Amino acid sequence: MATGTLQGPVRFAHPARMPRRGRLPLLAAVLLLLLSLVFPYWQVTLYAPQYPEGLRARVYLTHVGGDAQEITTLNHYIGMPGLDVAAPLERRLAVPLVLLSAAALLLLAARRLPARRWLQLLLRLPVVLLPAVVLADLAYWLWWMGHTIDPTAPITIEPFMPTILGRGGVMQFSTSATFGVGFFLALAASVLSLYDFARGRARG
Amino acid sequence: MKVRTQGVTVVLALALILALALIVRQGTSTGQSLPRDLQELVQARKLTPDQVRAALQTYVPPGQYDEYLMFSSGGQSGQVLVYGLPSMRLLRVIGVFAPEPWQGYGFSKETRQVLGEGETPEEALTWGDTHHPAISETNGEYDGQFLFINDKANARMAVVDLRDFATKQIVKNPNAASNHGAVVSPNTEYVLEATQYAAPFPFGYQPVTQESYNARFRGLATFWKFDRGRGRIDPAASFQIELPPYWQDLADFGKLESDGWVLMNSFNTERAIGGTLQKQPPMEIGASARDMDYLHIINWKKAAQLVAQGKGRVVNGMRVLPLQVAIDQGVLYFAPQPKSPHGNDVAPRGDYIVTAGKLDPNVTVYSFKKIQEAIKARAFSGKDPYGVPILAFDRVVAAQVKVGLGPLHTQFDDKGNAYTSIFLDSAVSKWTLGPPYKNAAEGWKLVDKISVQYNIGHLAAVMGDTVKPGGKYLVALNKWSVDQYRNIGPLFPQNLQLIDISGEKMKLLSNTPVGLAEPHLAQIIPMDRVKAWATYPQPGTNPLTMRPDPQAIKAGQARIVRRGNTVEVWMTAMRSHFTPDRIRVKKGDTVILHITNIERTKDAIHGFAIDRYNINLSLEPGKYETVTFRANKVGTFPFYCTEFCSALHLEMAGYLEVTP
Repeated sequence: MATGTLQGPVRFAHPARMPRRGRLPLLAAVLLLLLSLVFPYWQVTLYAPQYPEGLRARVYLTHVGGDAQEITTLNHYIGMPGLDVAAPLERRLAVPLVLLSAAALLLLAARRLPARRWLQLLLRLPVVLLPAVVLADLAYWLWWMGHTIDPTAPITIEPFMPTILGRGGVMQFSTSATFGVGFFLALAASVLSLYDFARGRARG
Repeated sequence: MKVRTQGVTVVLALALILALALIVRQGTSTGQSLPRDLQELVQARKLTPDQVRAALQTYVPPGQYDEYLMFSSGGQSGQVLVYGLPSMRLLRVIGVFAPEPWQGYGFSKETRQVLGEGETPEEALTWGDTHHPAISETNGEYDGQFLFINDKANARMAVVDLRDFATKQIVKNPNAASNHGAVVSPNTEYVLEATQYAAPFPFGYQPVTQESYNARFRGLATFWKFDRGRGRIDPAASFQIELPPYWQDLADFGKLESDGWVLMNSFNTERAIGGTLQKQPPMEIGASARDMDYLHIINWKKAAQLVAQGKGRVVNGMRVLPLQVAIDQGVLYFAPQPKSPHGNDVAPRGDYIVTAGKLDPNVTVYSFKKIQEAIKARAFSGKDPYGVPILAFDRVVAAQVKVGLGPLHTQFDDKGNAYTSIFLDSAVSKWTLGPPYKNAAEGWKLVDKISVQYNIGHLAAVMGDTVKPGGKYLVALNKWSVDQYRNIGPLFPQNLQLIDISGEKMKLLSNTPVGLAEPHLAQIIPMDRVKAWATYPQPGTNPLTMRPDPQAIKAGQARIVRRGNTVEVWMTAMRSHFTPDRIRVKKGDTVILHITNIERTKDAIHGFAIDRYNINLSLEPGKYETVTFRANKVGTFPFYCTEFCSALHLEMAGYLEVTP
């Protein structure tokens, strides 16, 4: 391979000659990001004697799946909001925002933009920050659920912070929370975007 | 050199003996090392090794499942009983011909419709005499999709869907007074019932005199057409064959080589009509006078063709192939069958037909091939009074096997053996089929006999009447229990006995009392062949259509609408509330409740009862049902959930106000 041709201003003057491999990290990040839409980002499993197989709430960017209806049913006994109530705005905006973020990466991959550092960084930012934003939002809504207790509910419980990761418990349920495949896909997309940025800087 | 080799051999032999001794020691010591508390338990309960073995064979630990399902008729209860084997635990009673409050069967609009099919409200039947369950078949094997069962008392046939184990249809035979048997053709195209007691044909009044009986009474073979796609019997596509007024009894469809034919036994070919007060012999004497009755040999495929060609006449909406046409067209033949037969079973390959005369110690085995040859050769020994040709007995019989006194019914295993219930001896006899099942020297021999307690009627082996019997277990359905249970009043339970048939000798494993009726036949199917639902898969499923009902609602859509004198309520049931929980109507209003259980979790079942209004529904997760009633009692009536659903189950209630 004639690496010499990649040096200097030639690179931007003839973007079409960029070896495909150079765009791989960004394209892979786009793919992983889009893929993450169909996998849960976070999952909590509730165990109780009468649910030997456990109940699962699978939190996707767009909805809550698994045994969400059953958990919602159970939540009403302690006056906790249903799982379908949390994060309405986030769920509605998830797909457009992810698509926009992916589009920004594609724009970068096209290598037709000026090599301004701030622009390179700005367009990556949504993808880079997504895992952290999701985590923070999840933490907020879990806190909200645990602290928005209907005082007229049949069973009175103290407001509490549900466990984000690892083991916890409410009433007769023990819970076990983990990140889902979607989260790790998004994390990988984030890392890949950063890596590409760092590589570009090294080259530039 | 030679000495050395010998030395090595001696050493090796010694080592081998030592090793064997160690293994044997180990074996014995394991046997003896049964924990002391277990030994004491066995001794304290005075159990024999065989009993301990039987207990271990039939014990199903908590949380583990049985291997087989047994569908047993529920006799006079009018229901079907479902057991798990080998534990013999009763898993379910399916409401069929009688209301069953737990299942809300006969209370919801949907199930009232099923239960009342063919009835007018003023003569609604509230019981049935279920006799013969038949699991639907594909290629002669149980497919576990549907179950059919007859009501002997009222000539009805029911269809149970095995997705939700609920009765979907009852059809009433318009031309018969009673029926016996339910058997399916190898691909469940038809479900067959025989008439049992001959009756005036078409049904109505005829005097019971010999002349009138001979001329105006008839038997019928009724072929109910089953539409598998709809899961319903189609009476319009069904047909009957007119038969002489003998008491047609049990039948079996031919299969494989005998596919297309039906074999049906009959008794009272004497045409006895009783008359004890008229100094005539009682029915039982009159009906047992002759040494032979008639095995009916019916070419049902030909009969179906003839009916399709318009050769039948329509009687009460049912197409009936007249007796004379059946005779002329070679649809019906008889073969002599020893005294008072009861039961008639086709061997797995379809090649032999086993029949038993209650008053004859033999089973009589007919060869289907010989029957066909005799028909072709017109080897008749005569005709009955109605002109039906009778095949010569010795031209069609393959063997007779002496099995004991009072043989009744026969089932088969996977090793070429047959098992016959022996009523008078209170026993099950195991005997061998001839070639090709066993070689000529081994065939047609009684090989084992086991006592049962007592007076066995039917027996059921695992898939024991299909083209692929399963062996392993057999259940004896005994009529009397006498001393087997501590009596709790003079109505004694029937006694089901589980028998291990996997070895050469049959072994009795367990007793199960049936404390609600007299079961007749049962069928046993491997558990995994029945694909039952745990919840109704689509929300708002109407159990009749098995599809979401347009009137079913989602959470938040509950409402009450009045139109004239009709109040319609769309209600949801969900832990632990009905929505709405207050309903106000006026006296005389017609109230229609559309209730949807919007739960999706298995076992989250709700009941719905209104006090003093004789209403109770069972609403399984995903089910939609309707109840319609006239609010003719003024008052304020609690309604509540009757199935303990949750910690706040008692609070799952509301009020129906009926204002003056």
